[in-house]
Amino acid sequence: MTTGVVERPSAAERVRDALKRFLPAALLFLGGLATWELVHRVFGIEDFLLPQPSDIAATFAAEAGTVIPAGWFTFQEALVGFLIGAVAAVLIALLTARWTPIQAGVVPFAVAVNATPIIALAPIMNQWFSVTSIWSKAAIVAVIVFFPVMINTTRGLIEVNERSIELMRSYGASPGAILRKVRVPHALPFVFSALKVGTTLSVIAAIVSEYFGGSRKALGVYITQQAALFHLAEAWAAIVVASTMGITFYIAVVLIERAVMPWHASVRGEDLG
Amino acid sequence: MAEAVSIDGVTKVFNAGSSDRVEALQEIDLQIRSREFISLIGPSGCGKSTLLRLIGDLTDPTRGTVTVNGKTSHQARLDRDYGMVFQHATLLEWRSILRNVELPLEIMDVDGSEREAIARRMLGLVGLDDFEHHYPWQLSGGMQQRVAIARALSFEPAILLMDEPFGALDEMTRERMQAEVLDLWTKTNTTVVFVTHSIPEAVFLSTRVVVMSPRPGRIADVIDIDLPQPRTEETREDPRFFELLTRVREALRGMEATS
Repeated sequence: MTTGVVERPSAAERVRDALKRFLPAALLFLGGLATWELVHRVFGIEDFLLPQPSDIAATFAAEAGTVIPAGWFTFQEALVGFLIGAVAAVLIALLTARWTPIQAGVVPFAVAVNATPIIALAPIMNQWFSVTSIWSKAAIVAVIVFFPVMINTTRGLIEVNERSIELMRSYGASPGAILRKVRVPHALPFVFSALKVGTTLSVIAAIVSEYFGGSRKALGVYITQQAALFHLAEAWAAIVVASTMGITFYIAVVLIERAVMPWHASVRGEDLG
Repeated sequence: MAEAVSIDGVTKVFNAGSSDRVEALQEIDLQIRSREFISLIGPSGCGKSTLLRLIGDLTDPTRGTVTVNGKTSHQARLDRDYGMVFQHATLLEWRSILRNVELPLEIMDVDGSEREAIARRMLGLVGLDDFEHHYPWQLSGGMQQRVAIARALSFEPAILLMDEPFGALDEMTRERMQAEVLDLWTKTNTTVVFVTHSIPEAVFLSTRVVVMSPRPGRIADVIDIDLPQPRTEETREDPRFFELLTRVREALRGMEATS
């Protein structure tokens, strides 16, 4: 009776697997930093072109009081925009899945808009909302996050195995019950893969739209100002904050994904999602 | 015995009015009595799956009527008279085995604790008590199909519609599953309509075998299987079993010659 049963790996095995998986990446990262430091010293690269990692680290320590609050300010723009865009996208996707005529009208439009560089709207958003408010940036983030999440969610809701639908119909299930018990759970992996893309997009969108002008408290504004003054170590320290933000945001969504979908392949450790 | 399913003058045309028009079924008449075990057998394209789906109201006839327990097939579906089992188990991958078996009961608004008790009993019936907290991907194909059968029987449907349920299983598992289905059929008062490609499977399981011919789908022959009940492994060695295999095979071959 036990043949053909796949058991979950134990906790100890999972930790060992994770170490095995992340060790090469960690070594490569440290090796990269060491090479950068070495090349900088050996070839005497000018600091205004590329500061060395140890300088960036020292500057980061000195400027932490400025760059970390700036990062937090920008992260709020990204998070607010992300939440608005993602929630609106899921709601619209649910509507289009329920009323297919809407879908026929909306989806091709969404695909087209998704392919346009929405960041180009940043100066316009600065006009619509105040340049210094978080809303001009959050608006860009929301629009950028909206389209991939909406398109993916719609696909997840619609591309359900025809057999599952027939099975539900054979039980006399209502369209609402089919939506709740089949379409929505089926769409979750699609939603999360779009949300993961959305985390990175939202941080990029927030920072880049700050390059077009924004609050003096914002990370993007800090980076452009420091770079203009040839304070490259300061700019790099801010970039370290930006990447940490992006990575943390991504990991947070991965953790939520694992909590929400314990059954899914990406949670079984078969891929990193 | 009362009639469970009555199919009268049913024709099914796909893509009507276009150049790839297909007459899947032509003028089908078939009466299925309550408690019968009917197999539909025939080559690909003979419309046997379509006929099953018509009984289950998953598709509409172009002409003719399907009456189930004195109602339209549509009303019968809404009354939850059907348990469906497909070739693929079609389990919902995000639900544990237990919650998969509970699915139809959930839709029928059966109370939580009662639902769980029924689902446990059904899993016991198909020998999967120990796997209730596993997910579908952790089970083999045969075990998944047993879960699908437990799910179909959980709400005691009047009619079990099975579309090549063992088609994807190996021969050994297949024979064991056949014995299990017969055992469940004896225990549960269900009428079974069973689509298959396999002659021995049809003869071993059924009280009647309906042989169908393709293009257009028609009933070529209906063969009474008078093997004694209950059927056991000895049945497979019974000389009468072989005679009936030959009869079904000849019916299938006969229509090849005429078509």
